[in-house]
Amino acid sequence: MSGRTNGTRKDIKMFKFKMLAAVAAMFMLSACADQAAVPAGGATAVAPGSIADFRQNVGDRVFFDTDQSSLRPDARTTLTRQAEWLKRYGNYQITVEGHADERGTREYNLALGDRRATAVRQFLVAQGVPAARLKTISYGKERPEVVGSDDGSWSRNRRGVSALQ
Amino acid sequence: MPRPTSRFRFLVAACAVAATSVFGIAPARAQLTIDMTRPNFEPVPIAIADFAGSDRVGAEIAQIIRNNLQNSGLFRVIPPAAVIEKNVNANAVPRHADWRGIGASGLVVGQVTATPGGIKVDFRLWDVVVGQQATGLSLNTQSAQWRRVAHIFSDAIYKRVTGEEGYFDTRVAYVSETGPLNRRVKRIALMDQDGANNRYLTDGAGLALTPRFSPTLQEIVYMGYAEGPPRVYLQNVESNRRELLGNFPGMSFAPRFSPDGTKVAMSLSQDGNSSLYEMNVRGRSQRRLTNSPGIDTSPSYSADGTQIVFNSDRGGTQQLYVMGSGGGGEKRISFGDGRYATPVWSPRGDFIAFTKIAGGQFGIGVMRPDGSGERMLASGFLVEGPTWAPNGRVLMFFRQQPNAAGRAGAVSLHAIDITGRFERQVPTPTDASDPAWSPLIPQ
Repeated sequence: MSGRTNGTRKDIKMFKFKMLAAVAAMFMLSACADQAAVPAGGATAVAPGSIADFRQNVGDRVFFDTDQSSLRPDARTTLTRQAEWLKRYGNYQITVEGHADERGTREYNLALGDRRATAVRQFLVAQGVPAARLKTISYGKERPEVVGSDDGSWSRNRRGVSALQ
Repeated sequence: MPRPTSRFRFLVAACAVAATSVFGIAPARAQLTIDMTRPNFEPVPIAIADFAGSDRVGAEIAQIIRNNLQNSGLFRVIPPAAVIEKNVNANAVPRHADWRGIGASGLVVGQVTATPGGIKVDFRLWDVVVGQQATGLSLNTQSAQWRRVAHIFSDAIYKRVTGEEGYFDTRVAYVSETGPLNRRVKRIALMDQDGANNRYLTDGAGLALTPRFSPTLQEIVYMGYAEGPPRVYLQNVESNRRELLGNFPGMSFAPRFSPDGTKVAMSLSQDGNSSLYEMNVRGRSQRRLTNSPGIDTSPSYSADGTQIVFNSDRGGTQQLYVMGSGGGGEKRISFGDGRYATPVWSPRGDFIAFTKIAGGQFGIGVMRPDGSGERMLASGFLVEGPTWAPNGRVLMFFRQQPNAAGRAGAVSLHAIDITGRFERQVPTPTDASDPAWSPLIPQ
C-alpha cells in the first residue's frame, strides 16, 4: 500500500530531522553555556491575562479515569484555579472540549466526551464563571493529544480542555 | 420513494434464459449448490471463461466475477490459466466432461456485443456435473456500466448456487482517514463493494463520521463538524445536496435509518446526557424514545421496523438493550463478560451484530435478537463498527493496528462471513473506518 510506503519514507525523514535537531541542540547548549551571565526568562515570560498565561500558569486541561466523567481531586484543583483566572479575566469565551481515549467505540466515546465536557463546564459555573461564557464540544476519540497505544498515552487523551477565544 | 437515476437503470432485455424445472429433480444438482449455514462446507469449484467479444471488456467482466465469487469464500475459482478454452463460444453447449476434468462443477461463459445504444452482455452458468444450463441473463446497457453488469451476473450466480440473494451489486460508504492521528482528516467516501469507483462526498474541512445508507440508496446520514455543535446531516449521494437533520441545541449523533427510509433514530445530547430520539425525515417531526440518566446511543431498527436495539450504560457498563420502536419496554439482551457496543440488526432479522470490548481486546460478534447464541467472529487490538451486507450473510467492519512511536496505526475495512471463516481486507485508497453497506442497487 502506497500510504504505508510514504509513512516509512516520512519516518526516515523524521529520523534525519531528529538527528539534525539533536546535533543543533548540542551546539545551542554550548552556546548557552557561553552566555550564562545573560539573565534568562525574556522569551518564556507571558503576559498576565493572556491565553499563554492561562495555559502555562493555570493549566488548560484536566484528566479522567477510564470510562469515567467524574472529576478527580487533581482535576478539581485545576478547575478551581481556572475559575479564579476566568473570573479575573472576563473577556474570554470558553469552549470546553471533551475527549476520550481510543479504547472505546466511536459513538459511545462521543457521548462520553460530551459528558466530560459538561462535567467541566458545570464545575466552572458552580465556581462562579458565567454560564453564558461557556460552550461544550465533544471530539470523542477523534482528536487524541498523544499518539500512542499504551496506558500513558490513553491517560493523557482522556481529557477536558478549556479552550479560550 | 425516489426512483434511482437513469444512470443506474438497466434495460433487462431477455432475462430468464434460466434453469428449467429439470434442475429441481436432477439428483446430481447438489454439486453446484452450497448451504453456507452448514459448518465445514466445501467451496464450489467454478471456472469463469473470459467473455467473448471484440475488446477487453469481456476479460474484465470475467475477472470481476472471479474476484467477487472468490472473495465470498463460498467458491473456489479455478485459475484462468487452467481454463481449457479461450473465447468460449457463449452460445454453444460446452464439453461438460472436459470442464469436469479440470475439477469444475460450474462453468460461466458469456459474450459482449456492441449495440447502437451501448452493449449487450449475456452470460450462462452451466452445471457441468449434470450437463445442463443452470441459469443465464442478458442485459442491454450503456457501455460505461460494464462493471455493474459483472456485479449483477455475480449476484445471479451466487443466488443460483447458494439459494440466497447476492450482495455484489452494492456500494459502501465509509470514513476516509488521512494525515497524522491528532489532526486526522476524516471525510465520507463512497465506492463499489469491491473498491472500484471511489469518490468523496465531503471535503474534509470538518470531521465527518458514521455514514449510514438509506434503504432508498440516494441518501446517507452522517455526523459532521461544522459551525456549532457536531450534528447529523442528510446528504444526497448523487447531487451531493446536504441538509441539517433537525436543528438541536446540543450534539446530535449516531444516526440510522428505519428499514422503510422514512425515519432516522439518533442520539441527542442535553446537559451531558445522551438520549435516543426518532425524527421523521420528510416532515421533521420528532419524538423522544429513551429517558435514562445513562448514555443511550447507537440505535438500530429491526428488519420489520417494530423494535430498536441500542447501546446504554444505564446499568453501569455499556450493554445492549432492545425496546419497541416507539420507545418503552427496554430489555437488556447482552450478559457476557465485557462491554457491548454498536449493535446492528441484520436485514434478515435473524442476528444482531455488535462490537465487544473485553480483556483489553475488541471483537465483532453476532447474537440472536433475544441475546442467545452469542458468537464472536473476529477480534483484535481494535475492531469496530459492523455493517451488514443486504443478504445478512456477510459483515464489514474496521480494524485498526496499535499506534506506535507517535505514528497512527493503519485502519482498514474488512469483510467476514457469518460463520467467521473468511475474513479479507477490502481495498481502499486511503486508511478507512466506519463502513456502511448499501442495499442492492435497484436495476
